[in-house]
Amino acid sequence: MLIHRIEPGGPATSEITDRGLFERRRRLLGLAGASALLGLAPSAWSAGRFASAPRSPLSTAETPNSLRDITGYNNFYEFGTDKTDPPKYAHRLKTRPWTVSVEGLVKRPKVFGIDDLLMFPLEERIYRLRCVEGWSMVIPWIGFPLAHLLKQVEPLGDARFVEFISALDSDTMPGVGMGSLRWPYVEGLRLDEALHPLTLMAVGLYGDILPNQNGAPVRLVVPWKYGFKSGKSIVRIRVVDKQPATAWNQAQPREYGFYSNVNPEVRHPRWSQATERRLGEFGKRPTLMFNGYGDQVAGLYAGMDLRVHF
Amino acid sequence: MPSPAQLGAIRLALLALCVAPALWFFAAAWTDHLGANPVEAVTRGLGDWALRLLLLTLCITPLRRWLAWPWLLKLRRMLGVTAFVYALLHLAAYVWADQFFDWDAIFDDILHRPFITVGFLTFVLLVPLAATSTNAMIRRLGGRRWQKLHRLAYPAAILAVLHFFWMVKLDIREPLVYAAALAGLLGVRLYWRQQARGAVRTSCGGRCSPP
Ligand code: HEM
Repeated sequence: MLIHRIEPGGPATSEITDRGLFERRRRLLGLAGASALLGLAPSAWSAGRFASAPRSPLSTAETPNSLRDITGYNNFYEFGTDKTDPPKYAHRLKTRPWTVSVEGLVKRPKVFGIDDLLMFPLEERIYRLRCVEGWSMVIPWIGFPLAHLLKQVEPLGDARFVEFISALDSDTMPGVGMGSLRWPYVEGLRLDEALHPLTLMAVGLYGDILPNQNGAPVRLVVPWKYGFKSGKSIVRIRVVDKQPATAWNQAQPREYGFYSNVNPEVRHPRWSQATERRLGEFGKRPTLMFNGYGDQVAGLYAGMDLRVHF
Repeated sequence: MPSPAQLGAIRLALLALCVAPALWFFAAAWTDHLGANPVEAVTRGLGDWALRLLLLTLCITPLRRWLAWPWLLKLRRMLGVTAFVYALLHLAAYVWADQFFDWDAIFDDILHRPFITVGFLTFVLLVPLAATSTNAMIRRLGGRRWQKLHRLAYPAAILAVLHFFWMVKLDIREPLVYAAALAGLLGVRLYWRQQARGAVRTSCGGRCSPP
């Protein structure tokens, strides 16, 4: 799949991984096991591998959806266009070994193995997820801010955007033969959006390893944008100077803009964006600007007409 | 030709088959077997069956001719009415479960979401057909006028398929299947019409104008 590129003169892994951090995580994992034995649950869902990850203050206090809903109703077109296709077929995806190559306009390009990524200090982020199809969920992700990763590779001065490329393997992905989207799935953010503290690289949910249908082993989560902006099963991250050509924007440019911020005021020809159904609830609730994250992110778009840049 | 008793049994069996999907959806919703988004599953399921029954209704005439089973005609009205009932349930699911009587949102959908505009038009075309499907109405209208009115089933079926096409985000395989079936059903009728015209022409040596 990916070719490991050894950068001559690049940093050795030992320099990048903070040793102290590594030890601390080791201890925490051990503690989680011990406290589970003693019945001292550090969080509500203590059984999983990442149960000890501290809950971030950026989490919403809303009740998360059930694991059944989160893992049973997925848009992951590589595995088929029906919501129940990914739960049926995504188990075929081999998530180990896995590498994420971070490259492009950066000082220190690097190929991260999945275990390297797990060395970042992980935290729990309970985020709202709003799909452009008019439904929403609340998901307790486990991950680390993308900014931490980008800081390691040091974007260069002319870097403007970040492109996220998802895995493509037609042998294990029954959906890619159907020509519904251009493959591989590509998404993108402006560099400042990518560096925003809310932008998360998720490796787990509900305290455990990310299920395949949710984008294992590592995916993007951008909670103030429609769900399709958050690429799944990422293998390559490119820092670039031009706005990337993204999957849904290319498929239907008038319906899906590059920004695709959750915006109840921008009409969509198929689904009302003014309201949403929170799965598990009857009736609809109003959709909030930037999916309720306006206080944190509105500044990114100061002076922009979001009806034009939808 | 089945006896009246046999025909009654056939109609009853067909009615039971038509009612089964609705009961299934009701039971599945009741027992929480419709996944994370039951409202969507029910709305779509009822829409699917409205379209399937509409197309099945349009199958009766070709089947009747090919099999030379004139009695099939006696099943057609029932199929058409069940198609309408499913469309009504589909609409009810949308108005009640999906939008919860938010009339502003409903009108906004009808005006601004092309697929819903078309679904609405489909429904509007089906209403007069359902309303005139009693024996008394057929007598009042007279056979010819009734038949003419009921040709609205063709544009209704076309619009129903378009409704489905415009609903899907990207993957058009499912609506394509229905479109192909409908094209076959309409195509065979066009073919017959051409043939009938040809037959008239040859019967008068090609000199008379078609009726
Ligand atoms: C006022 C009338 C109608 C409205 C408001 C309406 C609304 C809708 C909505 C909202 C959906 C999408 C459901 C979802 O994704 O949650 C849908 C799908 C559908 N509707 Fe309708 N509809 C109407 C009439 C009809 C009629 C008359 C038919 C057929 C005779 C029909 C057949 C379908 C079909 C086949 C689907 C697709 C189901 C699927 O995805 O498998 N609709 N309709």
